[in-house]
Amino acid sequence: MTDISQAAESSRSRLFSGNIDLGRLLLEGRAFFALIAIIAIFSMLSPVYFSANNFLVMSSHVAIFGLLSIGMLLVILTGGIDLSVGSTLGLAGVFAGFLMQGVSLEAFGVTLYPPVWVVVILTCVLGAFVGVINGVLVAYFKVPAFVATLGMLYVARGVALLMTDGLTFNNLGGSPELGNTGFDWLGFNRILGIPAGVLIMALVAIVCILALSRTPFGRWIYSTGGNARAAELSGVPVKRVQVSVYVLSGICAAIAGLVLSSQLTSAGPTAGTTYELTAIAGVVIGGAALTGGRGNVRGTLLGAFVIGFLADGLVIIGVSSYWQTVFTGAVIVIAVLLNSIQYRGRKKRSEPSDGDTSSSREGARTRVADPAAESTVGKPAPQPQK
Amino acid sequence: MSHNASTHAATEAAIGEAVLSARNIAKSFGSVHALKAVNFDVHRGQVTTLFGENGAGKSTLMKVLSGVIQPTSGEIILDGEPVTFSSTTQAQRRGISIIHQELSLAPNLNVRDNIFMGRELGGVKGVDYAEEERQTRLLMEELDEPIDPLTLVEDLRLGQQQIVEIARALSVDSRILIMDEPTSALSASEVEVLFRVIRDLKSRGVSIVYISHHLEEALQITDHAVVLRDGAMTAYAERKDIDLEWIVRNMVGENFDLGTPPSGYRMGEVALSLENVSVADATVPERSVVDRLSLSVRAGEIVCIYGLMGAGRTELLESVAGRVAMSEGRVVLEGEEISRLSIAERIAKGLVLVPEDRQRDGLVQTMSVGENLSLASIGAFTKGLFTSRQREQAVVDDSIDNVHIKTDGGNAAIGSLSGGNQQKVVIGKMLATHPRVVLLDEPSRGIDIGAKAEVFRLLSEGAAQGLAVIFSTSEVGECLSIAHRIVVMSRGRISAEFGADVTKEEIMAASGEAVVA
Repeated sequence: MTDISQAAESSRSRLFSGNIDLGRLLLEGRAFFALIAIIAIFSMLSPVYFSANNFLVMSSHVAIFGLLSIGMLLVILTGGIDLSVGSTLGLAGVFAGFLMQGVSLEAFGVTLYPPVWVVVILTCVLGAFVGVINGVLVAYFKVPAFVATLGMLYVARGVALLMTDGLTFNNLGGSPELGNTGFDWLGFNRILGIPAGVLIMALVAIVCILALSRTPFGRWIYSTGGNARAAELSGVPVKRVQVSVYVLSGICAAIAGLVLSSQLTSAGPTAGTTYELTAIAGVVIGGAALTGGRGNVRGTLLGAFVIGFLADGLVIIGVSSYWQTVFTGAVIVIAVLLNSIQYRGRKKRSEPSDGDTSSSREGARTRVADPAAESTVGKPAPQPQK
Repeated sequence: MSHNASTHAATEAAIGEAVLSARNIAKSFGSVHALKAVNFDVHRGQVTTLFGENGAGKSTLMKVLSGVIQPTSGEIILDGEPVTFSSTTQAQRRGISIIHQELSLAPNLNVRDNIFMGRELGGVKGVDYAEEERQTRLLMEELDEPIDPLTLVEDLRLGQQQIVEIARALSVDSRILIMDEPTSALSASEVEVLFRVIRDLKSRGVSIVYISHHLEEALQITDHAVVLRDGAMTAYAERKDIDLEWIVRNMVGENFDLGTPPSGYRMGEVALSLENVSVADATVPERSVVDRLSLSVRAGEIVCIYGLMGAGRTELLESVAGRVAMSEGRVVLEGEEISRLSIAERIAKGLVLVPEDRQRDGLVQTMSVGENLSLASIGAFTKGLFTSRQREQAVVDDSIDNVHIKTDGGNAAIGSLSGGNQQKVVIGKMLATHPRVVLLDEPSRGIDIGAKAEVFRLLSEGAAQGLAVIFSTSEVGECLSIAHRIVVMSRGRISAEFGADVTKEEIMAASGEAVVA
């Protein structure tokens, strides 16, 4: 017995040891290299691009997509998709704006002005609520994630429009006498020179990195996306995991909505339209597999930065917004192309065989319904033996 | 080429001449040798049946012949000339069609559309439905089956669907028809119809390669018998020279020692007891795939459940594990009813299932060997919110040692392991939860004989330490190994129960597989 265990010991490498392989590193680090390339190219094209202040400004734009992408990553890791995050972002902004205007309770004849921290919490609860609906539809009612969240995309957007009659809340500042000032902190304040939005994104990212790599929940997410059936038989609460990731995605979208409306100092019901696609793009560029089970926060953040820095760079050098769209699309397609190279594995096409070129489909077609042709030529077939 | 008339004339000069021959066909999947230098002939206008247990290589051989996979070495000779097929389409153009156990019809389309699927008649003006329908009608008449071409396939009985598959194969001019377990889901009368069609096909010069687990049935129809065992052809004979006993003897062969029931300890109390367990059919809720079945297993006991495909073994084990709902009955684990618990709760109580299909239900392919091994016992290395890497490493190391997995380490990709080692990962994962009762659904499926013996040794070691083991199998030889008790399932019920001293013939008779006089 000791022989066996010793032999096993010697042949075994560590479970968590990294493997170093240059080709693989280039492929896996593609989002990183793409980001470096983008920064290098735009720095050459524009003198203002490469400056600390510009990076911070761009980063605060990236923060919005980054937050959405991290939430999206969790969903995609389980093999799902969340198309509702853009609408949830818009709804969250409007909801926060609505609360900032004061909630009048007519029955009591009073108007409540909740402090900002209450607004933030309530908005996150709203995001979570949207996620619960998505998650329950997907996990328990077996509605395909694409359809369930597509429906939510419309519903959340519609509700946002209804809440404001299509108008935008412009007064988010609050007033000192009502004790609800400070909403602009999320968008404008800087800590150690770094915009609050970026810090919030970093915080969310760290929490998610820890959750994914160091907690049972993270393992559950990866196993659910890798093979839900196997995960379920191993005791993973697959359905609860599915609901949880949509909830987390909803909360991320709500936070992004708060940051965005604070940055814009206004909350419009159409904010965040098509952001869900940008978020998906960030996840995909970051190397995650849309089929689930593969991907990480680090890659996703890089993906979000690639898209954000590319878009802002194009604006800075004055490329028309139409071309921006074209470039962004090309980057996404190239990223997915590289994904399929990375995950193709060792599957190889079998080499084409020789022969068999003459008998065409037409040849077979003319002989349709004439299978007896051969037997009529030959001798009678032997009787079945009893 | 294949439709060359002169070739046909030459080959048809001699009746029963080999129309298709396999010469030294070998196929390896990594280190697993599924086929080792197999030779056999398919004779014109006759039925050649392949006999062999699960994992003997029948399906692999059929896949090679029909172009689904390519052999590692060896030759396929069609009409006297060597050929290679890189796809089923190529094989089909040369007249070889395969009818899989799982039919490949589109149930939402009608018979006509299924028969002409992918090669619709007509041209720029659209599909010539009238002509397709006429030809379909003609085919059905030839097969003597009154199936209307416009019937939806989902409205047909299974036997009729099979006829449609045959018609489709004929419509592309197949001269060699490979049928994989065609009768496994058919009623007796449908089998009769199928056999009539097969005889009719023979009389038209169509050659049939037939695979079946129902030995007696196959004997009714076959002209030649080829027996495979562990990837090699062990015997060949013409129908007139063989009987059931000959087949069984050659199929099972000299017993590879899969062990004997562990002894030298005292069995404990009843660990698991099933009371009147029924499971409804997923598609036909009125039908029960498991029908009021009761069974109990004691700690330290190994029970083997033997049954043919469709006997309800998988459904039984999955319902006990909590994967599928029972329609009635109770599951009692060490005196406590667990019928309403979730899978996770049952695992926590000490009941685990090693599923039949390890690719579909057992492994998470995107995770490493180590992560797979530790998946079911995450709680054991979680402290507070976070998992402990050291403790997880210990769990993984222990599992690799305990179930003897040959791997480069926990970090290796799951796909780098052989089938047997993958199976050991699934077993190791479940054993890492320290269960009291382990259910294994066909634990030996698709693994070689050495790995099989090792899996069985693991189970008997576990039993000696008080583990209650239930494993299912469709190979008779495996029943007569480590099991203390052999339960035969047929049509959702226990049709017989034997001690370890039973014979293969008795087991097969009880399963409805073969009736030995």
